[in-house]
Amino acid sequence: MMHRRSGHLAPAHEWQRGEARLAWALVLPAIGAIALIAVAPIGWTIWESLHLDDLRMPWLGRPYVGLANYAEAWGDGRFWSALAHTGMFVAASVSLELGTGLLLALALDRVSRGASAMRTAVLLPWAIPTVVAALVWRFIFESPGGLANALVEGSGATPPTWFADPFMAWVPLVLADVWKTTPFVALLLLAGLQSIDRSLLEAASVDGAGPWRRFTNVTLPLLAPALLVAFLFRTLDAFRVFDVVYVMTGGGPGTATEPIALFTFSTLLQHLRFGYGSALSVVVFIVAFGFALATIRVFGGDAFLDRGR
Amino acid sequence: MTPHRWAWRLVTALLAIAILFPLYWALVSSFTPEARLFGSPALTPGRLVLDHYRALFDERDFWTPIRNSIVVAGTTTALSVTLGALCAYAVARLRFRGKTLLLGFVLAVSMFPQIAIVSPLYMALRAAGLLNSYPGLVLPYLTFAMPLAIWLLVGFFRQLPRDLEEAALIDGAGRLRTLREVVLPLAQPGLATTAILTFLYSWNEFLFALSFTLGPERHTVPVAITLFRGQYQVPWGQILAAAVVATVPVVAIVLIAQRRIVAGLTSGSVKG
Repeated sequence: MMHRRSGHLAPAHEWQRGEARLAWALVLPAIGAIALIAVAPIGWTIWESLHLDDLRMPWLGRPYVGLANYAEAWGDGRFWSALAHTGMFVAASVSLELGTGLLLALALDRVSRGASAMRTAVLLPWAIPTVVAALVWRFIFESPGGLANALVEGSGATPPTWFADPFMAWVPLVLADVWKTTPFVALLLLAGLQSIDRSLLEAASVDGAGPWRRFTNVTLPLLAPALLVAFLFRTLDAFRVFDVVYVMTGGGPGTATEPIALFTFSTLLQHLRFGYGSALSVVVFIVAFGFALATIRVFGGDAFLDRGR
Repeated sequence: MTPHRWAWRLVTALLAIAILFPLYWALVSSFTPEARLFGSPALTPGRLVLDHYRALFDERDFWTPIRNSIVVAGTTTALSVTLGALCAYAVARLRFRGKTLLLGFVLAVSMFPQIAIVSPLYMALRAAGLLNSYPGLVLPYLTFAMPLAIWLLVGFFRQLPRDLEEAALIDGAGRLRTLREVVLPLAQPGLATTAILTFLYSWNEFLFALSFTLGPERHTVPVAITLFRGQYQVPWGQILAAAVVATVPVVAIVLIAQRRIVAGLTSGSVKG
């Protein structure tokens, strides 16, 4: 396909070069901005992580210390437990979200009357600020006298003091995250469900497959790409969990619910230890990126990059 | 009607209640007198009062964070949709090398954990004297808004019919004029969806706003609500009233643009 420009027909390679030049001119402002404010800072973080930089003690200067910050992290129990907390949070919330999200997607796929109202309702938790969702759930679980405690008391049991208990504090945290993000998972899976060719399900039905077998043998395999995308995005997102924890428990009691993002944040902006905090940032970055690359390598990048063609 | 269908109706109803109830509870509680917030909760409101809302705007000047949020989210949206549209058009329609690489780059940046760039952005903003300023929030916000806008818009531009564009090109309109006079008007629904999603993400952002603002005069709505302190105890009534206020614009957007948001979210596989 050739485009004719202003009257005369230019040789092919010439307008192609012109087009490529125009393309780069259009792309440059956006890509340049991203490179400048997102990618360059990553390089800076790595460089900073090799220095001692404590803003509370400016007289120490900013000496180069090699990998000392990483060595400190290696020996820092709080760092390891923050990583472990993050891993637990990711495992609990992502598995609950995929399960509930799948159920919600199947329900949305079946609902005939009030489908639009239901979809609006589903969008609400996703659309409101995470901070607001976290505050509402904290209010529900506030003890004594909160709604959750009233429900537990109503069933005759003694309610825990949720946020004072190192284990029970996880319940409202995970619940708030599941409530907030399951709708997104459900919408992704619903789009996947609706792209499934109904005739396949009918054929399975004709062959005598019941609803459960149709679900496991037809629907689930065809839904696998959508599930994978939801899994990847949710895992990456849950890994950087910050807002929910900051608002609900502040990482407490003590540091019992402190995830790596919150530990990094307080190292940087409360203790002002920028060298050590940067080392922690680099670790977060490497883990997240390694996970994304591994997932794409194992499952193939087509699901994510099919726009590139 | 088969029992199977009734079971699904029940599941749907239960899920709808689980989704909506916390919002209802927050709304009712925001109108409940402080003294009655804890202790025997009742599902239906008794006496409703406006105390918390009055306190929110009279005692606490909640207008300031609202204004800050609108300015920051609005500027971020305008910048990322404008620059993103140029970039996305080139990716969707022009032929040049490195396109797949470029999209991979954009996708990769959208997966960055925000916390990983807090320290350099803080130092850079401090060096530039931009801490606690509007640009000091808009620039960091572009790190997630711009990839989001590009990613969504590439999808929308690809769906546009080529015929009109090609007719304009053959008539000698040139790429830029075609973009301005043919493509952009056609792409308006996609641009609107992108703007809505970008605005929502910016309105809700917390970590950067918490890190790069220093005082109440520049706090955005999420930061302001989180930092509410009472003299002796947590001022739950006001917090919930503020939560309702922060949610109202979001609910309005969702009600108006439900279809578009769903299309944007699912077509682009946007991050949650």
